[in-house]
Amino acid sequence: MRLTLLLDMAADGFGDRVLAGHRSGHRSGGITAAELASRSHSGAALVRERGADALVYLDANGPAFPVALFAAARAGVPLVPLNYRLGQRQLDALLARHPKALGIAGPGALAHFERAGLDAMTADAWLEQTRAGSTEAGSTEAGRGEASDAGQGDEGDEAGEENPVAVVIYTSGTTSEPKGVLLRHENLVSYVLGSVEFASAGETEAALVSVPPYHIAAVANVITNLYAGRRTLVLEAFAPGEWLRTVREEEVTSAMVVPTMLARIIESGEDLSVPSLRSLSYGGAPMPAALIERALREWAGVDFVNAYGLTETSSTVALLGPGDHRAALASGDQAARARLSSVGRPLPGIELEIRGPGGENLGAGQAGRICVRGAQVSAEYAGLGRAVDDRGFFDTRDDGYLDADGYLFVGGRADDTIIRGAENIAPAEIEDVLLRHPAVLDAVVFGVPDQEWGQRIEAAVVPRPDTDFDLAELRDFTMRALRSSKTPDRFWLLDALPRTETGKLLRRMVPGLIARDER
Amino acid sequence: MAVKFRAGQQLVSAVDSTAVIIIRAPAGECTLTCGGVVMAAPGEAAPARQAPGAAPDPSMLGGTQIGKRYVDQADTIQVLCTKAGSGTLALDGEPLLIQAAKPLPASD
Repeated sequence: MRLTLLLDMAADGFGDRVLAGHRSGHRSGGITAAELASRSHSGAALVRERGADALVYLDANGPAFPVALFAAARAGVPLVPLNYRLGQRQLDALLARHPKALGIAGPGALAHFERAGLDAMTADAWLEQTRAGSTEAGSTEAGRGEASDAGQGDEGDEAGEENPVAVVIYTSGTTSEPKGVLLRHENLVSYVLGSVEFASAGETEAALVSVPPYHIAAVANVITNLYAGRRTLVLEAFAPGEWLRTVREEEVTSAMVVPTMLARIIESGEDLSVPSLRSLSYGGAPMPAALIERALREWAGVDFVNAYGLTETSSTVALLGPGDHRAALASGDQAARARLSSVGRPLPGIELEIRGPGGENLGAGQAGRICVRGAQVSAEYAGLGRAVDDRGFFDTRDDGYLDADGYLFVGGRADDTIIRGAENIAPAEIEDVLLRHPAVLDAVVFGVPDQEWGQRIEAAVVPRPDTDFDLAELRDFTMRALRSSKTPDRFWLLDALPRTETGKLLRRMVPGLIARDER
Repeated sequence: MAVKFRAGQQLVSAVDSTAVIIIRAPAGECTLTCGGVVMAAPGEAAPARQAPGAAPDPSMLGGTQIGKRYVDQADTIQVLCTKAGSGTLALDGEPLLIQAAKPLPASD
C-alpha cells in the first residue's frame, strides 16, 4: 500500500476538488486532486531523471510541499523535509546524510544545496516544472499519468522495494545528534485508513495548517485532508493576527495549532471572532489547563480535539474529542473536570499499555511508561532499525497513566522527571499550577543537582507584562495548590523561555540561561 | 478458488473496474468475488479479463463505491474499495455489505 494509492483514489473520486491553496476562482487558484496526481507523475520523472535517491524539501510550507511529498512517493524515494531555520553547520550535517538527493529550495536556500554539492531547484521552478504541459521532460510522464488507470499499469512508477520509506523526519536533537525517523508508506497509509473516512469532508471545508513542513503534523495534515477531500491552506509563518484573518477571509472550518500558538492567539488582543471555524485540534506539547479552559469559553461553538502522538507513531495515537471537552468544562465534579488534561482514548488501530520499571503491565490509575503498538507505529530510525520490544511495542519515553474509563493522561517526558528524594515528580504538574496564576505568562520547572535530595525543584517564570508580579505571593499560591515537596525551592525570572518553533520547551537549555543570568 | 488473504493485499475484479484492498483478512481460506467472478492480484487480472467464460453473474451487479468499506455478515473480512465498478463484492458467495462509517474528529 503506497501513499499514491490514496492520491489516486482522491483523483478518481473527486478529481476536480481543490485540495491545496486558495478556492477556485481566486486569482491564484489552488491545486485540484487530479492536478496533484498529474504533478506527482511529473515530479517523480524529474526525481528519476536526476538519479536522486531522496527529495529534500528546504522551504516554508506551501503548495510545493504536497507535490513534493507525492512525487517522492510515486518515485519510491523518501521526502526529507528539513528545518530551513537551522544553522549552517546543522544543515550541512543533515544534507551530508543524503548525498544523492534532489533539493527543493525556498528563497535563499539554494546556497545550502550548492555548498553540499547537491542538485537542487527552487520551489517555484519545482511547481513550474511539474505543471501539466510544462516543456520540461516531466510533462510526458504527466500525460501518461492522466491517461493511465490510476494506480494500475504504470510499471515505471512505484517499482522497487515493496514498502519503502515515504518520509524522513529529523528529531530536533537538542540533547544529541538529530535522529532520522523513518516513516514507511505502510505506516502513513495505515494511519489514514484507520482514522479518516474517504471523501468525508464537505465541499466548503478548509483546514488551516500552521506547523512547518518538517513537523509530523504537517505531513499527516497533507494526507489526511487529501483523503477526506478537504482543502488545506498554509500559513508560512505563524502570527496570531494573520491566523485570525486567514480563518475569517478563507472561511476556514478546521485548524490545528500547538499550545503556544493558541496562547498567542488568545492573548493577542485582536478580534477573536472566527465564525466559520467548526473544529480546532491541538497537540505537539502539553496544553496548560488554564489556557484550554479559556479557549473553550471564548469559542463555545467550536469542537476542540486534543491529539497525542509522536513523529515515530505517524502522528495521532490518542485523542480527546469535542464531547469530552464540553462535558469536562460543564462538570462541577473534579474528576470529570480533570479529563480536560487528558489526551483521550487510543485510536481504534492502536494498542496502548502502561508499563512499570520492570516492563510489567500496570493497571488503571498507575503511572508508568506509555507503550504503543499498531501498523502506523514506525519506531524506526535511520541506521538504528526499529526500537520495539519482542511483542512489537514502542516505548514512547513519555510517562502517563490510564484512568478507569481508559482515558490517557500524559505526565511528560520520562527524561524530564525530577527525582526529589525517592519521589518522582513530573514538571508538567507544577508548571500547570504556575500557569494558572494570572501574573504568569510562561513557566518551566526543572531539576537541579542537590546534596541532600539528589535533585531539588527550581522554576523559571516569565511574568505577564503590565501586571504586578510578586514572587512571594506566587510561592504561596503554588504552596496552596501543591504539597510543599512539590513547591519549587527557587524561582527565577526570565524574559522568555527557550522553545522550538512548534512550541516544545527546550527544558535543558533553561539552567544554562539562568547560569548566564547570574554572572 | 479458496485462498488465504493478508491485510494490505490488493485485488482487482476480472469483469469490471472494481479494485479493493484487504483491511482485515479472514483467518481461513475463502473466495472473494466481484460480479460473481474470482478477484485476482492486479498483475494476474489482465489475462482473466480476456479469458472466455469470465462473464459477470447478472445477479451480482449491484456496484461498488470508492472509499467505502465492505464487510461480511459475520464480520470476518473487511475490504476498502479503491476503485468503483459495477460488480457486487461477495465472500464465498455471500454479498458484502457497506460498513457504516465511525468517524473520528480530524486531529491534524
